[in-house]
Formats: sequence, structure tokens, C-alpha cells
Amino acid sequence: MNTVERKGWSRNEMAQKAAQDIPDGSYVNLGIGMPELIADHVPEDIEVVYHTENGLLGMGPVPEAGQEDIELINAGKKYVTATKGACFFHHADSFTMIRGGHLDISVLGALQVCEKGDLANWSTGKPGAIPAVGGAMDLVAGVKNVWVITDHVTKVGQFKLVNACSFPLTGKGVVDRVYTNLAVIEVTGEGLKVREMAPGITFEYLQEQTEPTLIQ
Amino acid sequence: MINKLVRSDAEAVADIHDGATVMIGGFGEAGSPIELIHRLIDLGSKNLTVVSNNTGSGNVGIAALIENRQVAKMICSFPRSTNSVVFPELYRAGEIELELVPQGTLAERIRAGGAGIPAFYTPSSVNTPLAEGKEIREFDGQAYVLEYGIKADFSLVKCHTADRYGNLTYHATARNFSPLMCTAATTTIVQAKHIVEAGEIDPEAVVTPGIFVNRVVHISDPEHESILVANGERYPR
Repeated sequence: MNTVERKGWSRNEMAQKAAQDIPDGSYVNLGIGMPELIADHVPEDIEVVYHTENGLLGMGPVPEAGQEDIELINAGKKYVTATKGACFFHHADSFTMIRGGHLDISVLGALQVCEKGDLANWSTGKPGAIPAVGGAMDLVAGVKNVWVITDHVTKVGQFKLVNACSFPLTGKGVVDRVYTNLAVIEVTGEGLKVREMAPGITFEYLQEQTEPTLIQ
Repeated sequence: MINKLVRSDAEAVADIHDGATVMIGGFGEAGSPIELIHRLIDLGSKNLTVVSNNTGSGNVGIAALIENRQVAKMICSFPRSTNSVVFPELYRAGEIELELVPQGTLAERIRAGGAGIPAFYTPSSVNTPLAEGKEIREFDGQAYVLEYGIKADFSLVKCHTADRYGNLTYHATARNFSPLMCTAATTTIVQAKHIVEAGEIDPEAVVTPGIFVNRVVHISDPEHESILVANGERYPR
């Protein structure tokens, strides 16, 4: 299959869209990959506390070269820093924060999201694939607001916003909002509702790129 | 007199037997007790069930333990990483068993095992393949899956500072699963970067109370998995 042209917002612009929606004072967990970009775009006049499930509340930016601490990493196993006022804790406390509903926002990547908010993001289910789930199932089960940030379609143009997920689920009816390169979309009881479209994107084009019928 | 300090890492792990369930602390390399793992490789115990979040990277630490064909089964949440080659190959060849557990469920199963709680219900993994075949029960209209506590014969843990009672503190995100694993094993074996006199750790700052620890060995300058991997090192060398 051929790769398709990617239209709309860049990855950084997508991250910026999500960052602008984070309320001041939120406790936020950012997943590995594109979600991590969001931290670079949060406005300076608001305070957001980042949680990383491997035991740090108050995760700061990447350290300067030479200042890395091998035992101070994020869930993606990258070197990070701890902010002033940060705290460390063990995994049971970390997932008490997650599963117990103490975190405000979790932003995750996705393979597929269905119109009812089902999320598939951990396994393609292909033979020979090494299944790895990490903390995704706990995050979607417990965090108050679950947002997805993802390209609108796959590299070869297949739907990622689908009628029903064909890949193994991470959670059922868990996604609240989706940020893609084409649009910001709310998952509602009636279906997927378009909140904002990227410049130059028409509703007709957006609908062509989306399997379920969208609400304008 | 209580003195949990042992003279060497080899002595600390000497009774880990074939068929043992072994919990190994660490999230990636942070908190991974690499010297204790390498002594377990020297010892050669086989048919182990290993409980650890990851399956190691490169050809050192947990990856080397797996490569040495000592592990029959892994219980973990994330069995691959950028530099993970050993586990994927054996798994695809059907030569190692995997029990994949959501990370929070893994933590809670270990916590429960150590706390005398045989099982619990959690919302994580409901309606997913990881809940298939498991008991589902509704509480207040929401579905939860029954998960069982895990106990181990041994836990291998790395800490920052220890005293002769086995009171422990950790460094940064090297803490992760280790305090839970200390509670869940018949025999908990710790490698400590620093050993101090009793009373030198502020009682308010103790993370793992000494009652959960059986043996402590002083490893003042532990090797770093990422550096060994970057240098292409293997174990046994």
C-alpha cells in the first residue's frame, strides 16, 4: 500500500491544541510518543503537574547533556528531571493515583478509536507481535478524562476512527476526546462530534477520512 | 542480634533453587539489581518464574538471565523495549511462557501477595483480551475483574541506603516495584549502594521497613545496564 499525503496540523500543532485545553492546576499523565510533545506547549501562565507511572509526580523537562541521572526516567524510559515540589513513590501508590481517579487527564496514542469511545492502542494482535500493555489499561480505567492524540488515518490511509475496533481493546467506552491532524473530536453519547477542524480541511474531507458518521 | 548484612552477592543468592518464583525490582534499568541477577546467572538455577515489569535489554541483566535459558515463564507488563532482543526471539519460538499483566494490576497483585490478600477486583482490563476467562463482578453498576495476589520465593531488589535491620531507602524512580516486592517474597535479597549504621536513616524517611528484608549485600558501585548495553557487553562475559 502507498503512503498517503498528511494534511492539516503538524504533530506540534496537534500537541499545542491539546495543551491549550488543559486547565490550570491539572494533574496529567502523558503517554509515550506524541503525547509527550504536549508538555512543550502548555502555556507558561498555568501550572500542570505531570505524573509518570514509574513513580514521579512533578516530572520536569529533559535534563541538560551531562546532567542525566540513570535512575530518574519517565515511563518511556527516557531521562527526565524532577521539578521543585516533586515526589517519588512506589508503583502501588502510583497506580492508586491512576486507578483511584486522582489524576485529571491521561493523554494516550491510539491504533483505533471507535465512535463509542472504545480504545485499541496496545496490540495489533498479529502473530509474532510481542504483546506489551504497560499502564494503558489502568489509565483508561481510572483517569477522569481520557484524551487520544493520533494521526487521523494510518500511514497508508486506513481509518483509525472506526465503527468498531478490530484490534484488541485497551478499554471500552473510555475515550472522551480525540486530537488528530485534521480535527478535534469529542466522543459523545450520540457519536463523534467535531469541535474544530484544521485550516483548509472541509467537513466532507474529514468525513471521508472517518469511518463512522460525524456530527457537525 | 539482628544483622541482615551478608558478605557477598554470591552468598546472598546461593539458595535460589530450580523452579523458584523470583521477583526482580526495576523499571527498565532504574532499580534493576544487576549484580544480584548476574550472580543468579553464575548459580545457574533453572525453570524460574520471573516477575518483573520488563524483560531486560541487550544481553545483560534480566535479558541475560533469559538468554541463559533459566527462565521458564515471565510475568510482566511490558516485555519489549528498544534494545530488547532476547525475549522476543524466545517468545516467537515458543520457548518461554508469558503472562501479560497490566502494570497497575501487576503492582497490586504483588502488593496483595505481600499483604495477605489472596485476590481483589480491579476495573483495569475489563472488556479486553487480558480479562478473558476471568471472573467479572459488578459493583455499583461497574464491571471489575478478579485478579490474584502473587507471592514469590525470592525477591531481588536494589536500593540506595540500607542498615543492618534491612531498613531501606531508594533513589528517584529506582523505587518502582521494589518496596512491594520486598513484602511479597519468602526471602528478600537487597543490594545496597550505601550501608549505614542503625539509626542513621531517619525513621520518618524509611521506605521499606526492615521486617520485609532478609539479606542485604553492599554493592557500592553497581554496573549500569544502559552503559553495558551501549558497549555491546554480554553476561556471562
